[in-house]
Amino acid sequence: MKVALFIPCYVDQFYPGVGLATVAVLEACGVSVDFPEGQTCCGQPMANSGCMDQARPLAEHFVSTFAGYDYVVAPSGSCVSMVRNHYDHLVDRQDQKAAEVRSRTIELSEFLINVLGHSFSGSFPFQTGIHQSCHGLRELRLAGCSEEMTCRDSLLRNLLEGLDGIQFAQLQRPDECCGFGGTFAVSEAAVSAMMGQDRIDDHLQAGTQVLTAGDMSCLMHLDGIIRRRRLPIRVMHFAEILAEALRTPGLQTAEPAQQGGE
Amino acid sequence: MGHPALAADFTANEERAHWHDRALWFVRQKRDRMAASVPEWEELRATASAIKQHTQSLLADYLQEFEKNATAHGAVVHWAADAEEHNQIVLSILQQHQVQNLVKSKSMLTEECHLNPWLEKHGIHVVDTDLGERIVQLREEPPSHIVLPAIHIRKEEVGECFHEHLGTEKGASDPEYLTEAARQHLRDCFCKADAGLTGVNFAIAETGGIVICTNEGNADLGVGVPPVHIACMGMEKLIPRAEDLSVFLRLLARSATGQPVTTYSSHFHGPQQGGELHIVIVDNGRTEILQSEFRRSLDCIRCGACMNTCPVYRRSGGHSYESTVPGPIGSILTPLRTPEEHSTLPFACSLCGSCTDVCPVRIPLHHQLFALREHLDSKNLLERGKKLQMKVLATVFSRPWLYSLVGRIARKALRWTPRFLTYSRLTPAGLWGKARELPEAPRKSFRELYRERQQQTASERNHSDRSNG
Ligand code: SF4
Repeated sequence: MKVALFIPCYVDQFYPGVGLATVAVLEACGVSVDFPEGQTCCGQPMANSGCMDQARPLAEHFVSTFAGYDYVVAPSGSCVSMVRNHYDHLVDRQDQKAAEVRSRTIELSEFLINVLGHSFSGSFPFQTGIHQSCHGLRELRLAGCSEEMTCRDSLLRNLLEGLDGIQFAQLQRPDECCGFGGTFAVSEAAVSAMMGQDRIDDHLQAGTQVLTAGDMSCLMHLDGIIRRRRLPIRVMHFAEILAEALRTPGLQTAEPAQQGGE
Repeated sequence: MGHPALAADFTANEERAHWHDRALWFVRQKRDRMAASVPEWEELRATASAIKQHTQSLLADYLQEFEKNATAHGAVVHWAADAEEHNQIVLSILQQHQVQNLVKSKSMLTEECHLNPWLEKHGIHVVDTDLGERIVQLREEPPSHIVLPAIHIRKEEVGECFHEHLGTEKGASDPEYLTEAARQHLRDCFCKADAGLTGVNFAIAETGGIVICTNEGNADLGVGVPPVHIACMGMEKLIPRAEDLSVFLRLLARSATGQPVTTYSSHFHGPQQGGELHIVIVDNGRTEILQSEFRRSLDCIRCGACMNTCPVYRRSGGHSYESTVPGPIGSILTPLRTPEEHSTLPFACSLCGSCTDVCPVRIPLHHQLFALREHLDSKNLLERGKKLQMKVLATVFSRPWLYSLVGRIARKALRWTPRFLTYSRLTPAGLWGKARELPEAPRKSFRELYRERQQQTASERNHSDRSNG
């Protein structure tokens, strides 16, 4: 199985730890990944701003960078949804290669559960608050949303549920948007900030110690508020939780990921 | 002024914005409970959507069928190409009957056409008889929500307004007392009225009947007393058969207010005895929308659920949209008509998609808002600065080496720039930073760390190969 890792641009630049944790988790599942160095950005910021002409070359670049892999795994529901759901305006619909890349691009929790069927053990004794990032939730259907009367499992919760000592915070609004929304965070800064603050207040009342999500973009925004307000909530991408629970030594120490062995 | 500025004003009063948010969230939760109590809810939505799409695809035929059948019942059907023509038609009917006092139940279409000021200019006294509508009418402001027109007003403020206009006691804010006062006042208006005007929720092609849904019964009172009934409808209100109504009536009130059904669902087949029924069917830009990729926005049954669920609407208030229909659906319909004046609306959205999943007729609202942004770009209506930023970004992202370089420089700059500069109000970072910290910039990017790790693993492997060999 040839698996490529797609690390969204802002994760690459600001959250390298999330990328490393993703590698660690995948390697712990016995998957070795490729990181094609030519990758940059999926084009979402441009597309969300209405600038399709600017997004188009990036979509084409994405397709040529990731052609030929069985899976393109990304620790971001939002970027995966961009590729899967919004590239039809950007790339030639007849192009076989593009169609393949799009259908093979997959979000990390979906890959771990639906493709690998892997379950995780380890210890994570914290009250954990799950933020259901909207694009993963409502565009990729990685969980059931409160609007639809359709039963669906939350993949993220399923992944974490097996960890020892973990408890889940009960939110009053289980899947309200955090208010990041890409350029929305800046162009509608006032509403965006209020939405974020309201999410954080919900997590505070629920006793969240660790706030997790499948998208670092939401967490970047929420963490910005947490740090500004100096609140005792730690923000972690779920890959970081899994990596920590696995006690996978940090990759920065360059220890081989497998333990026990021999 | 644009949505961001008006929204910032509304959120500046945090307590009020939160009150508004909670009031609407309460309605959303009621809707959730009602929807959950119908096992076939999602099937209903899918059916409603299919009926609507089918109807719009054959709209011309269904409109003719409706006209034929309604006329057979004795109704007079009028066709209006735009708002002006609509207003003219209504005025001439009223003038023919020397109407001085008109009572009106809720009709978003007449709001869209700005009918009230037009009629008043021509000497006709208009009273909106829906309680919420009456409140905003007395306060001389537009409704802020299509189902709950006065949701932005607190009961104390209603008390003040009624004290001034209806002579209620000063300082009174008890909802029951105020409602009773409004009831007495409206009763008077009903008795004095020479004509009644209503909206239309559904027009049935097969039967030529129209259906009007209200909770207060004010539509029935308004058309029961006076001899002339004018019903105004957008041409998209059509459904093919009477039996289709069951699908929509089950969805409408549950989605709108979390009630199993509206208190009054009144059917009209022709005029009452000795009276007249005029049905005015309005295009006003709908044909154009029907021919565009945004046609499904015409499936809307005006339940307001997308407003109640929208996290932006709840915190920015209906008036921040400067649009007859606010919220997600309004942010599609209004900029399609007047893109220049309303170019900020498609961006008043975090693309969370909650509206799409709540909509009883499954309009892909957030996908349309997304597509509408490109539509604005094609009309050169994107904000210049943003467009430029995106061009620069795209150039950087198209070249991996440049992207790595710019990333390194930006992270370094973030680490070294003094705080007051990074957070100065004038930059995007400053806008971000008003309420939030920026992310901390690490020394090395993922790709740098990953490369180092690969090299190290490779050299270790070499090393162990050598020592083994
Ligand atoms: S778009 Fe859908 S949810 Fe919004 S008002 Fe119309 S029918 Fe209701």
